[in-house]
This record gives sequence, structure tokens and C-alpha cells, in this order.
Amino acid sequence: MLWKQSSLISAPMKVLIPSALHSYSDSGEVEASGATLAAALTDLDRTYPGIRFRMIDEQDKIRRHIRIFVNGTQVNELSQPLATSDEIIIVQALSGG
Amino acid sequence: MAHHSNETQKTKRVVVLVATRKGAWLFHSNATRTTWRTDGPHFLGHIINHVMLDPRDGRTLLAAAKTGHLGPTIFRSTDLGRTWKESAQPPAFAKVPEGEQGRAVDHTFWLTPGHASEPDVWYAGTSPQGLFRTADDGVTWQPFSTINDDPQYRKWMGTVQDGTPDGPKLHSIIVDPRDPAHLYFAMSGGGVHESSDSGRTWTLRIKGMDVVEGFGLNRDDATCHDPHCIRICPSNPDRLYQQNHCGIYRLDRPSDTWVRIGKNMPADIGDIGFPMVVHPHDADTAWVFPMDGTSVWPRTSPGGKPAVYATRDAGLSWQRLDAGLPTEQAWWTVKRQAMTADAMDSVGLYFGTTSGELWMSSDEGRQWSCIARHLPEIYAVETVELN
Repeated sequence: MLWKQSSLISAPMKVLIPSALHSYSDSGEVEASGATLAAALTDLDRTYPGIRFRMIDEQDKIRRHIRIFVNGTQVNELSQPLATSDEIIIVQALSGG
Repeated sequence: MAHHSNETQKTKRVVVLVATRKGAWLFHSNATRTTWRTDGPHFLGHIINHVMLDPRDGRTLLAAAKTGHLGPTIFRSTDLGRTWKESAQPPAFAKVPEGEQGRAVDHTFWLTPGHASEPDVWYAGTSPQGLFRTADDGVTWQPFSTINDDPQYRKWMGTVQDGTPDGPKLHSIIVDPRDPAHLYFAMSGGGVHESSDSGRTWTLRIKGMDVVEGFGLNRDDATCHDPHCIRICPSNPDRLYQQNHCGIYRLDRPSDTWVRIGKNMPADIGDIGFPMVVHPHDADTAWVFPMDGTSVWPRTSPGGKPAVYATRDAGLSWQRLDAGLPTEQAWWTVKRQAMTADAMDSVGLYFGTTSGELWMSSDEGRQWSCIARHLPEIYAVETVELN
């Protein structure tokens, strides 16, 4: 079923972008593709250069005030597998003052 | 350094670059530095630690930015701030192998343009302490592994708990105007360091510097040293001045021993502070902004009476300069990058306060006036002269 796997990887998913990153995406809702969260974020960065490093540090850790949810569940690892039907929500956590 | 001719001076304008906790502003002067046009905010809501203009082309600006939510980056402008583009590869530490504890840049703190003979080179210092270099005018940045990954340097850097309240910093990156390979930098904490081979090897330069008394600290250990700001004299690059957590110092090369010239400050003022400013044409003249370093270290102007102190004899004596400044109840702090001089014939001095006021003097500190009030907390002030 190789064709199906390929289809899974290339089909875009919905990604909701927080306002702090609209300067990159120009929109609160965009699309990205990838079989893992890491791949989807790389794809997002291809479309919107620079957006990934504002969310993910050089050690591939999600930054302190960023939260990422897949289908409503918070994800802490970039290795999280994804399916085409998944919805990614990127949230800026509260950060005072 | 040669003085500008009077004709050239008449056509020059000063631009003051102000970096704040909530964005950046540019203030453009008229020819007499008596009126100022406000350009900003740029990057409203971004934490801007430093904005620097490239003196080699007079139009490229770099701004070190982050926000409360987002990671750090560098913005570049090649038209004096009319448009900005982000660096393709901002300063970032090397990724460590799986299972090891790597470091991540929290913010770029300090920007230094490279030598005149290397027009696309800049240096950056970060928090936590890291040294970076770009060779393409700030588009991509490479780490100095000789500092960032060196076990001895990592030990000297200490931990996040050892540093300043918003993170330990690498700062005061200095390029000798006579030699692009001759570099200095400082770390809070972690001492002063010098290289004569473009950063391949480094030598510790902490001899003569005091450490906090009463805790049994070892003055030979770089970890115990907290230089706040170091400046090289443009008119005599063999002379450096330093404002340290423990006093004001001067270093005259080839000597390797700092001399504590702050001992000559009035005893009731002391020699604690953040910024250090040198004169563009006279290496015997320098300015500091003393702060209260007693008891719990309020780090405000002593007694709520802000004043700049100047030396005209390389630190043998100091004079108070407070005309025009508030005479009471002004509890300012001026941070290490938030005070500077321009290079006009009658040298202008500038400082920005934690309470968001921008002050200037067009006569080397004899009389002060306020350019702007109600800005966010000011982190850095730089000046440029444009034709």
C-alpha cells in the first residue's frame, strides 16, 4: 500500500497559528504536511521561513511559552506521528507584562 | 582619530537608536541637536535588547529581538529602518547528541559591527553566554565553538542561577580598530577575554579586578568576576575602561593588569554601575552613571539624585555632572548598553532609563535635557552620525 502511505505524508493538515506568528503566516489558519510533528513544522518553515525557530529551539525542544496540541491533546515531542486528518493547534501560553 | 571639519559637522545629523522592552525607536536630530523627530515604534511588543547601525555603510541596521512568547531572532534593515527582514539563521548553539543537555539561546544581547576591512562581518553575544559571528551582514550566524562548547569556558559561565536576573550574558565584544584579529569580550559572569587570532584561542584578562568581598571568592577564578561593560578608546586602542560589579577600572596595554580608578570616586557615591562611555577623541575622558550598590543593591541613582560622573584625567579624579537632571526622587537605573556618546566635535552624551526617559547633553555632560519620556524600559542606546 505504498501509494496510500505516500498520500498520507503529502496530504496537508490544518494548522492553527497564534497571533504572535501571523507576521509569518499572514493568517490564523494554514496547511502543512508531514508524517510527524517535526516534519510538519519543517514543512511549515519551508512555506513561512523563520517561523519554526520562534517556536522550537536549537535542541528541538518546544519553547517555554509555546504549546502544541494535536486533535486537542498537548504534544511535547516532535516525534509525534501525524495523520492527514489531524488538526494542529499552536498556542502562545500566557506570558505576563 | 581625526576630528571632523566644521563644514562636515554642519551637515551631520545624529540618529539615536533606542532599544526597549517593548520595541525600538529612532530619534533623528536637527543639525544643532536641539530638536528630535521620533521614528517608531518598530517591532512594537518585541523585546529589543540592542539596535546597531553599521558604521561601514551608514544604512544597515541590525536589531536583536524576541517576544515574551517567541524565540530569539535578528531583524535586518538595509534602508535605515524603513523595511526589515529577518535573519535566515539567527544565533543558535550547536545541537547536542540525543540524551545530552544542550543550551538554547534565550536572547541575543549584544551586537558589534566587525572591522572596517571586513564589511560583512558582525559579532553577537547572547544569553546564556555565547559568541557568534556572521560573514554575510547578519543573514546567517555561526557559533564560536572555541567559547560556546569549550569545557573550561562552560565552567566559567556557571549556570543560569549565577547570572544576571534575566539571564547570564556575553557582552562588550570589541574589535581592535587596528587589527581585525584582535578581539575582546566579557561575560556576566565569567570575566574578560582576549584573542589575537580572530577567536581561535583566547586569554583570560581578569588580573587586578576585585571580587565581592566576604564570601571567600577566588579572584583568580573567572566565574567570580562580573564585568558590566567594557569600552575601547577609539583615539587610543591600547586603553580600555571597564565598569564592573566591583568598581571602575582602566587597562593600558601592553599591561595585563586592570587598575581600579573607581577608588577615586566620592566615597558617598561609590563606583558601582552598569554603563561605561569613552570619549571619541580623548582617551583620558570617560563617563559613568553610578548606582547604589549598598545593602541589598537597589541599583538606583544614589539617594534618588541621578548624576553622570566624568573623568578628564584617565580616572585620577571625577566630576559630578547633573545640571538639568532631577534633583530629588528620581530612582533611575541606566543599564549597561543604555548610555553612549556621539562623535560630534562637541561630543553629545545620551542615556536611557529603566523608567523610559531618554536624556542627552550636547556639551559633554555639562547640561542635560530630556528628549523623550514615557517610553518602555530602555535597554540600549546607540548613536550614529549621518550626512
